[in-house]
Amino acid sequence: MPSIEQPQQRQFNPYSENGGTILAIAGADFSVIAGDTRQSEGYSIQTRYAPKVFRLTDRAVLAVNGFAADGNMFVKKVRQRLEWYRHAHAKDMPLRAIARLIQTMLYARRFFPFYVYNILGGIEEDGTGAVYSFDPVGSYEREACRAAGAAQSLVQPFLDNQIYFKNQLPAPGTSHPAHLPLSTVLSLVIDSFTSATERHIEVGDGLEIYIVFSKGSTSLQGLASVRGLQEVTTTDDGERVFVIRRELKKD
Amino acid sequence: MASSIHSGPGFDFSNEIRNNFMAEKGLPLPKATSTGTTIVGCLFKDGIVLGADTRATEGPIVADKNCEKIHYITESIRCCGAGTAADTEFTTALISSNMELHALSTGRKPRVVTAMTMLKQMLFRYQGHIGAALVLGGVDATGPHLFTIHPHGSTDKLPYVTMGSGSLAAMAVFESAWRPDMDRESALTLVKSAISAGIFNDLGSGSNVDACIITASSTEMLRNVEMPNERVQKERDYKFRRGTTAWAKESVRDLVVSETVQWVGGEAMDTT
Repeated sequence: MPSIEQPQQRQFNPYSENGGTILAIAGADFSVIAGDTRQSEGYSIQTRYAPKVFRLTDRAVLAVNGFAADGNMFVKKVRQRLEWYRHAHAKDMPLRAIARLIQTMLYARRFFPFYVYNILGGIEEDGTGAVYSFDPVGSYEREACRAAGAAQSLVQPFLDNQIYFKNQLPAPGTSHPAHLPLSTVLSLVIDSFTSATERHIEVGDGLEIYIVFSKGSTSLQGLASVRGLQEVTTTDDGERVFVIRRELKKD
Repeated sequence: MASSIHSGPGFDFSNEIRNNFMAEKGLPLPKATSTGTTIVGCLFKDGIVLGADTRATEGPIVADKNCEKIHYITESIRCCGAGTAADTEFTTALISSNMELHALSTGRKPRVVTAMTMLKQMLFRYQGHIGAALVLGGVDATGPHLFTIHPHGSTDKLPYVTMGSGSLAAMAVFESAWRPDMDRESALTLVKSAISAGIFNDLGSGSNVDACIITASSTEMLRNVEMPNERVQKERDYKFRRGTTAWAKESVRDLVVSETVQWVGGEAMDTT
C-alpha cells in the first residue's frame, strides 16, 4: 500500500494527431485548396471520410489539419465570426480580413493552442487568387502554394520544384511563368496526393479539391473536361466555388 | 597482433557503451525498418496456409511497397516475419542454415518443432532485443504444425494464428470464418481475406497479398496472389529538359586511353 506522503503525479493529454494532408495553390484568378479525407489515430483508421477542407464564403475556403477535434471546433468558430460580420455589415468578409481574423483567433489561445495547421485559400478583393498559411498560434503569410500535415515533407519540395521552379533553369531565352494554368495546377494537386498516398501510411481514402474562381474568371473553361465536379456557390456576387471529389488508395 | 584482429562468433557488442552514452546525450540510435505487418497462418485438411502483406515501413513512411515476408526455412517449412525487418531476415536465414545442417547430420527431414525450438532458444537468449515476431508453419513426418514465436521467446501452437500490427484485423476474420478440416481452396480464400483485412484496416500493412500453401507432398509459394492496390496512372509525366540543372564548372576527362606498344629487342614469341 502506498504511503500517504508519497508524491503523486497525474497527467491528461488533451491533444492527439489525426494524420492526413492539405495543400493549396494560388493561380492568377483562381485558387485551389485540397485535402485527403482519411482520419486516423496511430495505426487505426477512424473514418475514411472526414472532410478537412471547408467552404467559408463564396471567396474563401479553409483547410485544417492536425488534431481533428480542434480543427472542427476552429472552423465552427470562424464560421460563427463570419456570420456575425455578415449581420453587421451585410456583406461577406474579404479574404485578407479573414486571414487576420484567423491570426487573432489562433493567438488568443497562445497558451492552450488549437493544435491545427490552417491553410486559407480564395480570391482577394482585387480578384487575384491567394493562399494564406498559418502555424497553430497564428503566425501567417501570403504565399503562392503551401502543403501541410503528415505528408508536408513529401509534397512541399515537389511543389517548390513544380510551382516555383526551384532548381530548374529555364530554357535559354525564356523564363518561368509566374502563374500556372488551372489544368496544370489540378494535375499537380492530384499527383501530389496519389504520390503521398503511396509513400505515407496516413494519407489516402478520398480527395476533395475546392476551386474558387474570381468574378468573370477565364479559367472556368478549364473545368469542362473534369469528372466528379460539383458547384457549391451560394451567392450571385460573381465568385464561384467548385469541388472535385476523387478516390485515393485505401491501404 | 593476431588477437586484435580476432572477432568472436555472434553479435559484436563493442559499441554498446558508446551508443548508450550518445543516446543519453540526445543522439538516439537510427530507427530500424519495421515490417509493421499483417502475417497469418492457418491449418487446413491437408496442411498449412501462410499469408503476409507486402508493406515495409519506417515510422509513417512506406519503405518498400512490395517486400517478401514469407521466409524459407526448409522445403516444407516456411516462416512469416513481423517486427524489425533485419532481425526477421537474419534470424530466419540463420535457422534455415542450421536446419539444413541438422538435416544433413541426422539424415532425416527436419521437423517443425526443431525450427521452433531453435528460434525460441535464440530469441530468449537475446531477451527480446532481436525484434522478431514470427509465424512458423510446415509439414513434417508428424503432420502439419503451426506456431507463433514472440520476440522474447514464448511460443503458441494453434490451428489459426495472426501476428504484427494487423493481427487484430486478421484474427477477427479467422474468428468469424475458420472451421476445422477446411479444403485447400477455402483455406486460401480465408487467408487472403484475413490479410486483406489487415491491408485495408491497419495503416502498418498494405499493398499485396503473399501466400504459401504447404502440404505433405508439395510447397507452393504464391507471390502476390492478390494485388488490390495497383498504382494509378499519374496525370503528368515529369521529364526535365536537358540543361535544366545548373552547374558551376565543367570538366571533361577522356576515359579512352590510347597506347602504343614499343617492341624492345629479342625475338618475337612463337605463337604458331
